[in-house]
Amino acid sequence: MLQQTPLNAVHRAAGARMVDFGGWDMPVNYGSQIDEHHAVRRDAGMFDVSHMRAVDLQGDHARDFLRFALANNVDKLKDPGKALYSCLLREDGGVLDDLIVYFLREDFFRIVVNAGTARKDIAWFQRLIAERAPHLKLTPRDDLAMIAVQGPNARAKVWAALPGSEAATAGLKPFVGAAAPNALADAFIARTGYTGEDGFEVMVPAAQASTVWNALVATGVKPCGLGARDTLRLEAGMNLYGQDMDETVSPLAAGLAWTVDLASARDFVGKLALVAQTPAQRMLGLLLQDAGGVLRAHQLVRTAHGDGEITSGTFSPTLGKSIALARLPAEVAEGDLVTVAVRDKALAARVVKPPFVRHGKVLVT
Amino acid sequence: MNVPIDLKYADSHEWMRAESDGTVTVGITDHAQAALGDLVFIELPAVGRTLKTGEACAIVESVKAASDVYAPIGGDVVAVNEAVTGAPETLNENAYGAWLFRLKPSDPGALAKMLDAAAYEKLIG
Repeated sequence: MLQQTPLNAVHRAAGARMVDFGGWDMPVNYGSQIDEHHAVRRDAGMFDVSHMRAVDLQGDHARDFLRFALANNVDKLKDPGKALYSCLLREDGGVLDDLIVYFLREDFFRIVVNAGTARKDIAWFQRLIAERAPHLKLTPRDDLAMIAVQGPNARAKVWAALPGSEAATAGLKPFVGAAAPNALADAFIARTGYTGEDGFEVMVPAAQASTVWNALVATGVKPCGLGARDTLRLEAGMNLYGQDMDETVSPLAAGLAWTVDLASARDFVGKLALVAQTPAQRMLGLLLQDAGGVLRAHQLVRTAHGDGEITSGTFSPTLGKSIALARLPAEVAEGDLVTVAVRDKALAARVVKPPFVRHGKVLVT
Repeated sequence: MNVPIDLKYADSHEWMRAESDGTVTVGITDHAQAALGDLVFIELPAVGRTLKTGEACAIVESVKAASDVYAPIGGDVVAVNEAVTGAPETLNENAYGAWLFRLKPSDPGALAKMLDAAAYEKLIG
């Protein structure tokens, strides 16, 4: 039996094509995935991301605990509502998950983790809490739904759909959230996302989710499935857990060194292992030069410095070309030409630095 | 789902149309294009190639994944629709207009044995 989000019936009524996504019955598209992709780049689209799990961490000195538990440094979170992207690492440096942590109060942080890893993450946090800070309370918020509204017009359409939400959110800088109770819902709204566009992620009680969704549809926000979410995040050069990195991969080889704080004196889970590493590989982007297919995960990449592998590949609707993220030998440089094994062909691709697209603009040529 | 009654069908989701010159035009069904999603790459067989029944001979690739297209009946490829390789989305827009290739059947009786519209509709439920 697949798990369902509070919006499942709404998706089905809208004629969504549903798929099993890590045990969740989720919409992959509502018609054309490419149209949904363009809606987010040019106007506003929304995704049901209620399968992701918010987990609240409460208690005195919660920050001290997270300083040790997370690879990124929560000391960067100075103002209430501020969010931080971080990896959750094993002792050996492998990536257990990637997550967003919100600083709400010194005794209250909210962590949002991936759907497929939620159970594992919660067990991991609970073990760490038992060892280091047993007074802290961890509460998975199965009662919350989450809708990501993304695109250049996303914020204005959220304000139109949810009367009263603007006052609390108009001044939010990127990667900051705030409680935004409004006429339709008791919402927490953050200026975050996974598409490379501006927008909000809106958390509401599950019972209010369909009211909020329908109000957004009425203001012209296009429902988008996980298919468009994947092409958008890939164009934005953002990793997908389980595909671009997992427990067997170091964040330093997965393009995530910028999220790992090795400079400060702070100790954290996985630090010892990472300090000792000089990764032989790094994450780069590929832009397919030849016709002949689409770049896909697991395709072999031949370079002048040895072989690598595509971790995520797709057709980019914005560029009209195939793009990929690939783990390549560390000596490979931007601008290098490589060949990718696509079925029985060896197709030429050029190495580029992700992102491919940000805020509607193409950044690679 | 659109299943025209004047066409024949294969359980591998190709449609076939008998032409007046004895050749058979082949494409993929509306059901197939909907299941694949937005198509972005199409590779067609070479004209002159001889195909066995059930042989993989073309590729249709969507944003999601690549799929083989099979020769529903055996024969020689006498023509291919180059226009669709330049505009794969036309196959999503009109699966029965955007044909893929045309065969001269090696067995002129093969087409009659394929599924009719009612049988194909039953297959896709």
